[in-house]
Amino acid sequence: METIYYTYQDFYTHTKGILYLLMIVSLFGIAGFWNFLTGKDDDNKENE
Amino acid sequence: MSDKAAIDHKTWFTPFNAISGTIIIIGIVISILRFTVGLGAVTHLSDDNPWGLWIGFDLLVGVALAAGGYVTSAAVYLFGMKKFHSAVRPAVLTGFLGYSLVVFALTYDVGRPWRLPYPFIMQQGTTSLLFEVAGCVALYLTVLFLEFVPAPLEWLGFKKVRELAVKLTLPLTVLGVVLSTLHQSSLGALYLIAPSKLHPLWYSTYLPVFFFVSSIIAGLSMVIYESALSHHYFADKMDAAHLQESEGVTLGFGKAASLILAGYFTIKVMGIAGGDHWHLLGTPYGLWFLVEMIGFVALPSFLYAVGVRNKDVTLIKWTAAWTVLGIVINRLNVSLIAFNWHLPSARRYFPHWMEIATSVFIVTIGIVLFRFIVTRMPVFYEHPEYKD
Amino acid sequence: MSISRRRFLGWVGAAGMGSVVGKSALAAGNKHFDGYHESLGVLHDISLCVGCRSCEAACCKVNELPVPDKPFTDKHVLDEERRTTAEAYTVVNKYGVTGKIGPSFRKIQCNHCAEPACASACFVKAFKKTKTGAVTYDASVCVGCRYCMIACPFEIPAYEYNESFTPRVMKCTMCHPRITKGQLPGCVEGCPMEALTLGKREDLLKIARERIRKYPGKYIDHIYGETEMGGTNWLYLSNVPFSDIGMREDLGVTPAPELTSGALSVVPLVAGLWPVFLMGIYAISKRKEIVFKEELDEAAHSRTKEDI
Ligand code: SF4
Ligand code: SF4
Ligand code: SF4
Repeated sequence: METIYYTYQDFYTHTKGILYLLMIVSLFGIAGFWNFLTGKDDDNKENE
Repeated sequence: MSDKAAIDHKTWFTPFNAISGTIIIIGIVISILRFTVGLGAVTHLSDDNPWGLWIGFDLLVGVALAAGGYVTSAAVYLFGMKKFHSAVRPAVLTGFLGYSLVVFALTYDVGRPWRLPYPFIMQQGTTSLLFEVAGCVALYLTVLFLEFVPAPLEWLGFKKVRELAVKLTLPLTVLGVVLSTLHQSSLGALYLIAPSKLHPLWYSTYLPVFFFVSSIIAGLSMVIYESALSHHYFADKMDAAHLQESEGVTLGFGKAASLILAGYFTIKVMGIAGGDHWHLLGTPYGLWFLVEMIGFVALPSFLYAVGVRNKDVTLIKWTAAWTVLGIVINRLNVSLIAFNWHLPSARRYFPHWMEIATSVFIVTIGIVLFRFIVTRMPVFYEHPEYKD
Repeated sequence: MSISRRRFLGWVGAAGMGSVVGKSALAAGNKHFDGYHESLGVLHDISLCVGCRSCEAACCKVNELPVPDKPFTDKHVLDEERRTTAEAYTVVNKYGVTGKIGPSFRKIQCNHCAEPACASACFVKAFKKTKTGAVTYDASVCVGCRYCMIACPFEIPAYEYNESFTPRVMKCTMCHPRITKGQLPGCVEGCPMEALTLGKREDLLKIARERIRKYPGKYIDHIYGETEMGGTNWLYLSNVPFSDIGMREDLGVTPAPELTSGALSVVPLVAGLWPVFLMGIYAISKRKEIVFKEELDEAAHSRTKEDI
């Protein structure tokens, strides 16, 4: 069941907490995806 | 015998060492007072003014002026301005030292410094802008450390580890820019919670944007200003590439600073229009606001432009120093001068001399460390074994 | 119309504080937040306050705060405008109001905001809006950054600057330990004029409106705290303009967490999109470099051809 929040402050603390976790995940995710995306670029290899 | 002693004596007892030594001794005495007797003994902080010079100067100004690290590394590694490459290391070093000292200064300011990790390990106050600032500063300090670590590794000759650290340059630069964008702006956003205490000319919902944009200006100007100082004091440490590129760095960064200052001026004006605060410009606070806006934003923007057009490096360097002063004034305005403006003068804040001495002490530590590092590690020159 | 002490105790006995959290009529979906229903508050009727400082004395006693040098019966203390400090959770101030015979008095303490600025600002969640209505503080996690003091629009929290190892933020607790036991807050109990009334916030609002209606012309037609900063659990009724007794009328009705929510909502966007944008710029500048190199090579190539 959905938790009921009585104050905006409590609701906000909860959603922000999840957002912070997502931010960390997304930073790693984007880095990984970039590697996948450019993994086969030849020029990328030699320039790195 | 006596000759040798005289030489030793001479090399050690320089004016620099004498002055910095005195400041450091005073600083240590104040530190002991602070950590044994408490904040009340060394500060003029009060219930009305919970944040004083240590936040206004050491945190807000410190972080803004340490922005050179992310600005320079972004310009070189992301925007592909390879010709500024020699400016990266000194800028990253200043950034790293700057942030370390900011954290060091915070241990003086907060009531129970050993609890500084609590927001991460105990309870997360995720709605607080300070939580965001704390998280980003902690992460960014790590990033700066990793960005700078190749220099000491080259100095010590650890090739393998250095290779690994250099490989991380790109992701670290991106992460550095993201974290800097976030916390530079959030330092301004800290004050969003207090519209009833900050003077309306400085309070704006754009505060985070103002702080972010002005941090870029601060970063660029600091790089120029520092390079001027370093040329004066450490020219013997610089290699040909550094000396040759330095004029280009000054001109290029001066151009960027001029443009961004113009943009900053524009959004500041829009801030006033958005809040409809024109009528406040005629008040004493309004005049002070105009001094900041015209004297320290519009004027340096114009002077930078003249300097760039005429390739006048000296003018650009002086303008950089002036701009840095303007950033200091802006941060102090927001945190101290225009904050609590509604209170009668008896309840306003003026720093205790020991607060000022502590700030001077911390800046001195920074200069001493900078000197120690650049005279030993490859900062102003490329290590002969690691030329790419 | 004020609630007698016995009746309040009766409520607590019947309802029990545990059941205060009833299901809100509008609670569905977490879209609209109107606080804990049945939470308690205090109504301060400024027209009844005589500035006797009994509440200060009672607060000092029940909270075991240090006893000040000048006794609570000393009325000269009122000549100076004071604020809350680490040694006094509440103070009474005297104001001369033009057009009124005799001074007015106002008691200051934490207003126990519905959406507290101090809680929004604290990065370790040391402050909590409890279901009783009180905003409580937990010294066991507090780092001492004092951002809560910057944030509070009523300038309430104070700090123990002279404690070297265990400094705390100090503020009125609405006598949280006492009200959860069914006792009255010290100051409410100590007030000889019944200028302070404890009750459910909703009932207090009704009582206040009733007083305004019953005595036309006596009160200012506004209940301070009903909407200020999104509403507070401590409410004020006055026979003189609020601005004349040092209460700010320019605070607005925006709850404190909403002041920063705009800036905070940009944070995840920056974290999510900035890297994409920056890597894009990196790719473009890299691409340019390659094209530039190729062009250089080509130029060099054609020149060598010409040379031949
Ligand atoms: S009055 Fe100040 S200290 Fe009290 S709950 Fe509101 S914001 Fe917090
Ligand atoms: S001083 Fe303590 S209670 Fe106040 S914001 Fe900082 S950590 Fe939270
Ligand atoms: S409610 Fe309690 S803590 Fe608050 S002012 Fe009254 S006696 Fe003091």
